[in-house]
Formats: sequence, C-alpha cells, structure tokens
Amino acid sequence: MAAPVVLSETEAVRDQLRDYIKTQMVKDPTYPLKDDEPLITGGLVDSFSLVELAVFIEDTFGARFDDPELTAENMNTVNQILSNIEAKL
Amino acid sequence: MPTLPITLNRRPATLIEQARWLYRERAGSTAVVLVEHDGERRLTYGAFFEGAARFAGALAACGVQPGDLVVLVLQHGEMALAGFWGALLLGAVPSIFPFLSDKLDRARYFDSVRQLVAHSGVRLVIASPDLESALRERLAGIEPPVTVLNVDEVIGTHNGVSVQDYLNRHPAEADATAFLQHSSGSTGLQKGVMLSHRAVLNHVAAYSAAIRLAPDDVVASWLPLYHDMGLIAGFIMPILQGIPLVLMSPFHWVRDPKILLWAIHEHRATLCWLPNFAYNFLATRVRPAAIHGLDLSSLRAVINCSEPVYAESHRAFLEQYAYYGLRESALATCYAMAENTFAVTQSAPDAPPPLDVVDRRALMEDRLAVPVDDGLKPIVPTVTLVSCGAPIPNCQIQVVDEQRHALPERHIGEIALRSDSMLSGYYRRPDATAEVMADGWYYTGDMGYLAGGELYITGRKKDLIIVGGKNVYPQDIENLLNDIPGLHPGRAVAFGVFNETLGTEDIAIVAETDTDDLDARADIMREIRARVAQSTDVTARYVHLVEAKWLIKTSSGKVARRANRERFIEAVLNRLPEQR
Repeated sequence: MAAPVVLSETEAVRDQLRDYIKTQMVKDPTYPLKDDEPLITGGLVDSFSLVELAVFIEDTFGARFDDPELTAENMNTVNQILSNIEAKL
Repeated sequence: MPTLPITLNRRPATLIEQARWLYRERAGSTAVVLVEHDGERRLTYGAFFEGAARFAGALAACGVQPGDLVVLVLQHGEMALAGFWGALLLGAVPSIFPFLSDKLDRARYFDSVRQLVAHSGVRLVIASPDLESALRERLAGIEPPVTVLNVDEVIGTHNGVSVQDYLNRHPAEADATAFLQHSSGSTGLQKGVMLSHRAVLNHVAAYSAAIRLAPDDVVASWLPLYHDMGLIAGFIMPILQGIPLVLMSPFHWVRDPKILLWAIHEHRATLCWLPNFAYNFLATRVRPAAIHGLDLSSLRAVINCSEPVYAESHRAFLEQYAYYGLRESALATCYAMAENTFAVTQSAPDAPPPLDVVDRRALMEDRLAVPVDDGLKPIVPTVTLVSCGAPIPNCQIQVVDEQRHALPERHIGEIALRSDSMLSGYYRRPDATAEVMADGWYYTGDMGYLAGGELYITGRKKDLIIVGGKNVYPQDIENLLNDIPGLHPGRAVAFGVFNETLGTEDIAIVAETDTDDLDARADIMREIRARVAQSTDVTARYVHLVEAKWLIKTSSGKVARRANRERFIEAVLNRLPEQR
C-alpha cells in the first residue's frame, strides 16, 4: 500500500485557492489553471470578483487583505496571491 | 425656506448662465466633497469655478474655440470635474472618456481614443500626466491635428484668468450643444449623444421635480462620469442645483465598497443612484465589522437605474441594511438613457416601486403581461417585474409594435419616448440618428409595457449585454475573436446570462474549434479571455469550446445569438455542478 500523500500546508491552500477560482470565477471545474497565469489581465477575474476572492481568502485561511492591496500588480497570479497569504499567516 | 434655482417654471438659458448665478450666490457653499484615498477634500462653488476657469484659460491658450470638441482622458477627481466645466465655460463641447483600467490593454485603449478623435474631429484631449506622451504619440498624424494637454500644465498656470471674465461671456446659445455623452463603451459603434444646453436644463428641471429634489438634499455617488447616470445624477444636476455632492472614484469604490456607506453616514446623504448589481455587491461584500455604528437613516431615495431591476436585489440590500437605518420607502427605480439626457421614468419618491406578478407563459409566448391572482400564484408559473415608475414631467412614453403603432396597456412592445430633453442627434452620425428618431419620437430599442401608468421593462430588442452597469455589444466581442488561431472565423457567439448572486449579467462565449488537443484548447480559451478583458474591460465569465456545427445558424447563415444562448443554458449551464 502506498504511503498516504501528505500535502504541505502551502499545497493545501494552493489547491483550495485554485479550486475556488476555477469553480466560482471561471465557472469551469476542468479549466487547466496555471499558477503563473495572469488572472486579472488574462480576463479570468474582474475587480468585483477580486473583492469576493479576498472575502473567501479571509473566511477560509484567515488572511485578511486590506482593500488597497487588491490590485492587479499584487494579485495577478495564484503564486502571487499565495505568497501574499503566507506573508500574512 | 430656500428654493431650488432651477424648476419647471424657472430655467436659465445655458449652463454658463447658471454657473454665473452659482458663483455669485453660492460662492461659499459646498459644491463637491471628494472622497480620496488620503481623506476628503471640500470644494466650494467659488473654488470649483475658479478651477474651471483655469482650464478654460488653458484651453483658450491652445486655440480651442466655442463648438470645438474636447475629450477628457482623466482619472475621476477634481481635474476631470474642472476640465469638463472649463470646456463648458468656453462654449466648447466636452466629453468624458472611460479611463484606462488595470485590465485594458494599453495599445488597444489608445487605439479606441484615436478612433474617437479621428472620427469626431476632436480638437483637444485633456490627459493625465502618465498617459500624455503615449497619447501624443498615438494621436500623431490625425488631420486636423489634435492637441494633447497635460493637466499638470493647467494646474501650474497662473495666466491671469479671472473667473468673472469667463462667466460674463456668452459663448453659447440655448440650442448649442453643451456636451456629448457616449452611448456605449463600444469602439466600433461609438455614438456621441449631442445634448443642447436647453435639453440639459429642461432635464434638470423635470427630473428634480420627479424626485422632489429639495435644497437640503445631499447626493453621494461613486458612479463613473462617462456614463449618463454618473454624469447627470452624480454630477451635473447637483452642481447646477446647488446641492452638495459627495463623490468618489469607481475604481476606489469597487475595491472598498464601504466608503460609499460611510460617506452617506458622514454627510447625511439623502440621495444615491446605483445600478442593480451594486445592491448585491453592497449586500454581500461589506464586512459587518467594517460598518459598526453605520447610520443610513438619512437616505430618502436609493435609485436603481441603468440595469434591469430585480426585486431580489432590493430585498437582499434591504435585509442587510435595514438594521443600519435604511428605510424600505427609500427603495426607488428609474429608467434612463443618455438619449433623453438621463431619466425617462422615476418611481414615486416616498414608497418602494410596485411589483407586477404576471403569467410567465403569456409574457414569453403572447407578449402580454397578464396579472396573476394571489390564489393562483402557487400553481401558475409567474414572473415578478419591478416598476420603473411613471414618466417624468414633460416626457411622453408609448409602447409600439414593429410597425411603430401604439399598443394598449399590458401589451409588450418597443418603448418610444418624446420629451423636451432629448438628444439633438448623434454627433456626425445622421445615419444612426435617422434609425432611431422619427416624427419627434425616439425609439429606444428596449422592450416593455405600461400598466396603470407605470413602465415595466421586459428586455431589449437589441442583443445588448449589461455587465455591472456597463453596456457591451456582443458583436464587438465576437469581432475580437475572428482571427484567433484554432477558431473558425465567424463561428463564435457572445451573449449575456443572468447571475442571481451578482444581480447582473455574466458574459458567455461559445466558439467552435476542430482541435481536441487539451493544451491547444486551453490556449484558445486563454486568448479569448485575455482579448475580451484587454479590449472591452469586462470579463468573459463562461468560455465554452464546442465542435464544428454545434452553433445554430439562422436561415441567412448567421450565428443566432438567442437560440445559441438557450442551447448553452440547457446543455452547459444547467449541468454545471451545484454552485455555492
């Protein structure tokens, strides 16, 4: 029997974040979202959804983003968002 | 008791004449409070018109003459307000262009400015400092040449301009065009709605009466100024009527929606206009901890306008904010368009708008709005429509069939209107003007019915999509996709589907491709989304690839938007996993 796969905390957060973006924002659970794919300039997430994403992140991971942080420069990829979350935890 | 300066019985001839009165009578009163990232700034009418006169001087120094078109490519804020009025004081014709956002592709954005400038013969563009050089480069070579003026150059000017000097001139008559409103964000179809001083002032008089505007009202607004609701309700009307305006930028508000609520609280604002999605957005996106102690009891009307109105959105908003003092009687609705300056109808200012519960089948199939008795409601499928109110003073409405013959009450047809605040025409587009105007009537392209003197909107004749208050034409989106490798040219369709959670439409795109390769398909989807965002500033929520011949065509070989929308909802949307 294979040893159970233990995801590191980062990977677990990454998966949840990706899952949320795919199902709630892109509305396509099979979408092959890349971690360095531009979310805002790539047209996957708009300004309204960004606020929604921040609410999800706060509720799920307890990392609070202040409104001025919600910009394309700061939140444009899964990797960027993830490192911002980690910096806050 | 002081009265409003502009009423149905008393209107100045031009906006400049009203500015002269305001500067003389209200110099020390608050014109605008700007809510900015680092706090608030208050401008009195004196300071406001002095700022405008500085712009008038700078524009005159660039050779701008009465009647010349001046386009503003500026962030929302003091400079946009002053630049707009500076052009007005000179008798020039200002128009506000949507500002570059995070999403938009710079090159495409500048192309759209160039198209407008070249097509309309714009004389001067007022630009923010960060866009000046790029704009100058992109607008080179247009004949006649256009001047690009950096706002910083204006702020630094002390050209000895006196406000009085400008206020005492008479550069425009009542029937001259005061300003242009661009009727859509679409580049290819951009139409400049020409509004005369007379039309604008008639409108301010009529709409003020419809909402019973009073001297102690205070308006709070985050709305964009390039759109009729923001420009007229959220800027021109309060300024002309001496009503304090608390103004924030839409970019700021969307990131931090609570600033509107606190601005209402702080300034005891009484009036606020919002598109339907904002009711949902405010109901769900503001953390309760961020509004502890908030008091919204000063609001006497929150007016839902510029998107289809949903009873459910009102309910969610009221449920969230009744605790903070929001009164149900403050819920209000309005049906508006730039072609009538702004409002066409308005619900009564002291009661929520009536709801009409009608038979769904009769509405869809017979184009009739048949009320359903309470007893039958549990068994007959119904649709609940929210009234947009009755026509404002000096505005007539009729609902017409396809031959433009008037229909009786409760029959669904195209809404036509006639008023004293209509457009003079589309700027340099007599063809487009002739399409929609005949015998003094303007044909709106919106569908609806009248019942008991109230107007109900049921849909649009055109396939226009409204996303978060912004108008998007599906053909503009489809045209962007023609040359994407892997897609069949002309075999993509865009349409709107209603999103109940957001209270607005989502954009859906269905496109045919032959490739089965997953990576290639992903790249195509990426390219579609990126192009839509970078060119139109809206996000395509659904991008769905299908095999060749999936899309339904009309008998003339065109892709049928409505039929494909139905097919997409049935085959794709309804089969998505349950959403949260």
